Amino acid sequence: MRIFDPHIHMTSRTTDDYRAMHAAGVRAVVEPSFWLGQPRTSPASFYDYFDSLLGWEPFRASQYGIAHHCTLALNPKEANDPRCTPVLDELPRYLVKDNVVAVGEIGYDSMTPAEDTALATQLELAAEHELPAMVHTPHRDKLAGLRRTLDVVRESPLAIDRVLVDHLNETTVQEAKNSGCWLGFSVYPDTKMDEDRMVAVLERYGPEKVLVNSAADWGKSDPLKTRKVGDAMLKAGFAEDDVDRVLWRNPVAFYGLSGRLALDLEEPAATHEGNSILRGGE
Amino acid sequence: MTTTADTLRTHLHSVLDDPARAWLDRALTGAATPPADPAAAPAGSGPPAPRKPMPAWELRFAEAGRRCGPTHADDARVLLLLTARPDADTLRPLYDRGTAAERRAVLRALHELVPGTEAVPLVEDALRTNDTSLVAAALGPYAAEHLDAHTWRHAVLKCLFTGVPVDSVAGLGRRAAGDRELARMLHDYASERTAAGRTVPDDLHRVLDLTAPPAERGHLPAAAGGASSKES
Ligand SMILES: [Zn+2]
Repeated sequence: MRIFDPHIHMTSRTTDDYRAMHAAGVRAVVEPSFWLGQPRTSPASFYDYFDSLLGWEPFRASQYGIAHHCTLALNPKEANDPRCTPVLDELPRYLVKDNVVAVGEIGYDSMTPAEDTALATQLELAAEHELPAMVHTPHRDKLAGLRRTLDVVRESPLAIDRVLVDHLNETTVQEAKNSGCWLGFSVYPDTKMDEDRMVAVLERYGPEKVLVNSAADWGKSDPLKTRKVGDAMLKAGFAEDDVDRVLWRNPVAFYGLSGRLALDLEEPAATHEGNSILRGGE
Repeated sequence: MTTTADTLRTHLHSVLDDPARAWLDRALTGAATPPADPAAAPAGSGPPAPRKPMPAWELRFAEAGRRCGPTHADDARVLLLLTARPDADTLRPLYDRGTAAERRAVLRALHELVPGTEAVPLVEDALRTNDTSLVAAALGPYAAEHLDAHTWRHAVLKCLFTGVPVDSVAGLGRRAAGDRELARMLHDYASERTAAGRTVPDDLHRVLDLTAPPAERGHLPAAAGGASSKES
């Protein structure tokens, strides 16, 4: 089973996770820039974070035979903090980078006017840079959040079929599907979706344009959820081709819209010991 | 155009496909043309100037990977640098806000672009990272020329630590020759590895051999205690 996790925050994960993910079949990931759990207090913190998503994290991933790309943006939560919003002025010089395959995660957190502005501005930036956009739907007031998100996308210069709407569930999938966007589902322990609910959604709505991710981060989450969904699909009678479509071909097609996806992995020089993940002077 | 640039251009022309070659030629033409000087406008009049847009060649520099493919992107970026010939002040932000691939290209081009020691901080930054591709790129001819002895020795040791082949260290033989402090560090590292029951990398012995004083130096000073006992 080859797996592409289209949404995972590897910065928060260990090398053991990389090893386990590779063993489970994960060969490619996309890491969206997001909130760190601890508020940033200046734009410079974002630039260091972006640099890490463009340098150190792909290097770490390559040691485990996993291709790493990223999406960059000012996240919805911090779009509300005037100390952070100057990031929007610097974003264009990052969006031209080779490893950036979308603008994201953008979207709504609390649905404030500041979030309206950040979302609209960044959808425009995506269109300008010929990038797709990865849009997160809010955890609270989800259906209203989805509707408002889709309205802003329709008013933007970015075509809806270049937008991935993430964190969908049973209550939002139908409206999202009707809109023509790509459909993202985050499978989490306890919250968001679980494997069996995911399988039920796939049975009801089909695998077309569906992407499944672990959204694993610094919270309670599981970087192997993608594999678990694949196994649950097979158990429920889906064909291997359906699994491959959802877990590989759909994410490749969506992020491939950027023209920047590079999946021909070179064999890492020192896979076994993860040789170069050594601390200096140790 | 320098000889290095000519060699790179010839090489890239032979390996790139048609669209990539056409892209590269356009990018090089753009890089060779100095941008219009916005400083010509009278200072102090009117509203503050908006942020300077990124020069076109810097955009080409960023997108070289998706235009030329990851295998040839490093060479294409170095060639763009050798054509645009930015000074150390321009190289700094290019490096600081660069991806790992962009940083490698800046490091590789330093010896052709920066005659003095102004760019040593970039090399030192790369040597602090644990990305082995950056460490290797940092140790080119510029580092051989300008790094102080202490920093250079630690860089060599870091190569042995992280598995960077010492073949990537420019001027290794010349700088290592007669360096008894480097020899001591290598011996100590070998003892530490042996004590931990780990093998001593072949490259360590290679560098150790290079630290022997050049033969033409007639009188060898007595070896420091213990330092001459060779690991098996
Ligand atoms: Zn996320």
